[in-house]
Amino acid sequence: MHDSLSQIFIATILSNNFVLAMFLGLCPFLGVSGKLNTALPMGAATTFVIMVASLCAFGLNWLVTELNMEYLRLISYIVIIASAVQLVEMFLKKTSPVLFRALGIYLPLITTNCAVLGVALFQTAREYSFLQAMTFAFGGGLGFTLALMLMAGLRERLRLATVPNVVQGTALSLMLAGLLSLAFMGFAGLGAGE
Amino acid sequence: MMPGQKQPTNMEEFLEGIWKQNPTFVMVLGMCPTLAVTVSSMNAISMGLATTFVLVASALLVSLVRNVVPAQVRIAAYILIIATFVTVVDYAIQAISLAVYDALGAFIQLIVVNCIILGRAEAHAAKNPPIRAVINAAGMGIGFTIGLFALGSVREILGAGKLFGIALFGADFQPWVVMVLPPGGFFVLASWLLLFNWLDSRKAANAQPAEGRVHA
Repeated sequence: MHDSLSQIFIATILSNNFVLAMFLGLCPFLGVSGKLNTALPMGAATTFVIMVASLCAFGLNWLVTELNMEYLRLISYIVIIASAVQLVEMFLKKTSPVLFRALGIYLPLITTNCAVLGVALFQTAREYSFLQAMTFAFGGGLGFTLALMLMAGLRERLRLATVPNVVQGTALSLMLAGLLSLAFMGFAGLGAGE
Repeated sequence: MMPGQKQPTNMEEFLEGIWKQNPTFVMVLGMCPTLAVTVSSMNAISMGLATTFVLVASALLVSLVRNVVPAQVRIAAYILIIATFVTVVDYAIQAISLAVYDALGAFIQLIVVNCIILGRAEAHAAKNPPIRAVINAAGMGIGFTIGLFALGSVREILGAGKLFGIALFGADFQPWVVMVLPPGGFFVLASWLLLFNWLDSRKAANAQPAEGRVHA
């Protein structure tokens, strides 16, 4: 793969949005997108973890390839991610206890956010260079934050609307996500050309 | 489990995952693989089976070590156990069928972060003897596979006019391409949930008047 950095960046935010086009990180997307003011910090925390994970995964990948122990790749990735999340958790607990409580169970669950492991796995599979990998990770994080905030904004509005009982809950969120995803399909091709 | 409740039988334990607590439709867990790989029924079933294997194997191991692992590091230990089995599945699928491996791509390795598996390890396997844990995990796995198949078959039929790669309609069939694209995944899952919600609300509505008559 020899995509230019700007192509990777635009593509991961818009046309290949992690949540809406690649289905990564749906649990927090459906779980934490209730309010706008928790969506942004959640997105920021996830972006940070994605960046750290991507950085570490790059080093680890080199190490396991060098040592001929590729079968340890997945296991080492997940350990690194869990540690990164722990770091963010301790940092938030010290600096912003309010935010820490607002994010609740979803903070430790960043470990099992597919977007984080997904970035690490995709950058390995696509054999990205260091800069490409970091751009990919940053774009992915931003794209995740964007999707989360769009969804939160829509859901805040919908709370005031009258919705039939049958549709309430997850089904409604999924419908919304489908419409958003449809809208993001309009970006297809962006960043793919010259 | 509530203290007064009686221990569920093995059969109930098995059926819990298939019907009452179906991971896809009732608990809405493990959404990422659910939506990402269900563009065809074949992919859906392969993914379901791979996940079932990891579920059962990790439930067994977690259950066996449940009294040895200290509570503080249990999550880390579970994740390592799960990651080990996922690596096994990853290599196994690569050896068995390269076509399936290419179709599922990174999502085989992403089984590690499937919430169903960690959820089962934490909520069930860590508290129950190995046999029960395995039975429950098998039920969950089968329930998940059924959920995936329900999505995969609808998306393949509507989006490509095929089931298991066999064309169902004549050449005139105009495939509904959006169904195999990302938005289709959201829409089909939402429709399934709507159907279940509707059935539930009808059941509730039917039960209400009957009760009213008894009291009157």
